[in-house]
Amino acid sequence: MYVAVKGGEAAIAHSLDLIADRRRGDRGLDELTLEQIDQQLGLAVDRVMTEGSCYDRTLAALAIKQARGDLIEAIFLLRAYRTTLPRFGDSVPLDTAHMVPERRISAAFKDVPGGQVLGPTYDYTHRLLDFSLAAAGERPTAPTAPADTAQALPHVGDILAREGLLEPAPANDAPPQDLTREPLSFPADRPLRLQNLARGDEGFLLALGYSTQRGYGNNHPFVGEIRYGRVAVGFVPEELGFEIEIAEIEVTECDMVNQFAGSAEVPPQFTRGYGLAFGHAERKAIAMALVDRALRGAELSEGADSPAQDEEFVLAHSDNVEASGFVQHLKLPHYVDFQSELVVVRALRAEVEKRRAETAPLTQAAE
Amino acid sequence: MPDTHTQDPAYNYAYLDEQTKRMIRRAILKAVAVPGYQVPFGGREMPLPYGWGTGGIQVTAAIIGQADTLKVIDQGADDTTNAVSIRRFFARVAGVATTTATPEATIIQTRHRVPETPLMDGQILVFQVPIPEPLRMLEPRETETRTLHALQEYGVMQVSLYESIARHGRISKSYNYPVQVNGRYIMSPSPIPKFDNPKLDRSPALQLYGAGREKRIYAVPPYTPVKSLDFDDHPFEIESWSECCALCGSRESFLDEMIVDDQGKRLFVCSDTDYCEGRR
Repeated sequence: MYVAVKGGEAAIAHSLDLIADRRRGDRGLDELTLEQIDQQLGLAVDRVMTEGSCYDRTLAALAIKQARGDLIEAIFLLRAYRTTLPRFGDSVPLDTAHMVPERRISAAFKDVPGGQVLGPTYDYTHRLLDFSLAAAGERPTAPTAPADTAQALPHVGDILAREGLLEPAPANDAPPQDLTREPLSFPADRPLRLQNLARGDEGFLLALGYSTQRGYGNNHPFVGEIRYGRVAVGFVPEELGFEIEIAEIEVTECDMVNQFAGSAEVPPQFTRGYGLAFGHAERKAIAMALVDRALRGAELSEGADSPAQDEEFVLAHSDNVEASGFVQHLKLPHYVDFQSELVVVRALRAEVEKRRAETAPLTQAAE
Repeated sequence: MPDTHTQDPAYNYAYLDEQTKRMIRRAILKAVAVPGYQVPFGGREMPLPYGWGTGGIQVTAAIIGQADTLKVIDQGADDTTNAVSIRRFFARVAGVATTTATPEATIIQTRHRVPETPLMDGQILVFQVPIPEPLRMLEPRETETRTLHALQEYGVMQVSLYESIARHGRISKSYNYPVQVNGRYIMSPSPIPKFDNPKLDRSPALQLYGAGREKRIYAVPPYTPVKSLDFDDHPFEIESWSECCALCGSRESFLDEMIVDDQGKRLFVCSDTDYCEGRR
């Protein structure tokens, strides 16, 4: 009788075997390699690294393979691995002005110092299924211009800031709190909010950013610039005392420029929203920048009436590993709680019946 | 007799690194010192999903030693999938002895129940907590609820219970029934049925509550008064059944209801499998 409702060791073992079997699929087909996932599903790898907050293409590819392409599950796998890693320290801040860009565009200016570099983008593709991809075949190599690695690419925002049109970049040298080591507390400062948003679910931030554009906390945004490419990661080991380069990573950065009507103290000027993601992830970076700016509503005396402006609402629900876990835990047994509810509902219904029975003769008499 | 296991050498003892365990122990000590107060802690991502008991698992990982014997229950039972999975996790990463017998266990991790067998001095009951804040559904904002706790301003909870009486003629809250600990903090007992609330009061065992996703730990030290909220004219009462357990005949335990055929025929059995087996 228990077998029907309570799972046991054997059932779990079989379930694990079955998921492994389903993962492999048709044995007549070649098994996916991690290199194939990295190279041919690279944007999925980027997303898993960003929201898994762990920059490792091979591990992210492994997570995607293990999760059969379920990216939130893959993010979860990578996070659970990441949590076991020792922490050596903080890198020095990335200098994205010295990025070797694969792509760099400004929507605010027709041309900018360093130029508009379109790079690889779906923006201008026609969304027509390309049936030639259904068949294997040789693909031609695209020609690229040689990158000038020595050239600095000044940020568009800094150019505007020099004129006083854009608020200065925030100066905050305090070491940021680490969300993965300390719990989130409110009110959260901007570095902490950005950290939360960087790890946050792309879909959630996308919807929130979209809502600001549809009037729920609108902040009149312009993409000051978006850039994607390789940047060096610097680190100062205690035993050396000077900075060394420990890695080169790919990031997407979005500087949003937003209108601001001004206040009693500050004349009208543009304000900043910021987004950063690992790899090539423009949708994420832009959405993050919109939400970052929306969360500054209170600071800029704009009020905080809309969901995207509500710090607690946004930060407490942005994490898809947390959300996915709690939503899906509804699959776990709740027999005991449901049993309690059954007992109460029956008692409540019995009381209603009793009351009806008592009042029924009175109603008849009145008639 | 407890089952013995060997630790997987690929992981640190009890999975978490020593610094993390120390941080969790500090949070636990603070929680024990201020009964019912929710202590924020740096909850980690665990290899089990949020909602599956990551808070309880982290608490257990922080306190479990090689001499401990662990029991894990979910819905009162040792053989539910989640209980099996968590027990297997600790058997693997800590190599500790495991048991299903309540009196044999030094640590009992639980989801949604308190064992029927009375707990003893020296035992620790670790609860998995989904929403640690008892006022959350009345006030969604953490900043607000922390202030309400600080000021011991619990009118909103009394009003909600009163409204339930006004509307239904009784307090309709059936599980996660709020309690007041040591006359001070209102606390969520986690989603145990209110049937189990009296077992929390002056229990000889140490009660530790871990909420992983919400990153809070709270505690009730041994022999601490735990009062279920009520009114003088509507005293707290627990569930009761007109049936008895179909397997052991108990009339004192919490009964699970099972539908045994497509005609809707029902059978009642003890939710606590260890208790039930011990009586048969």
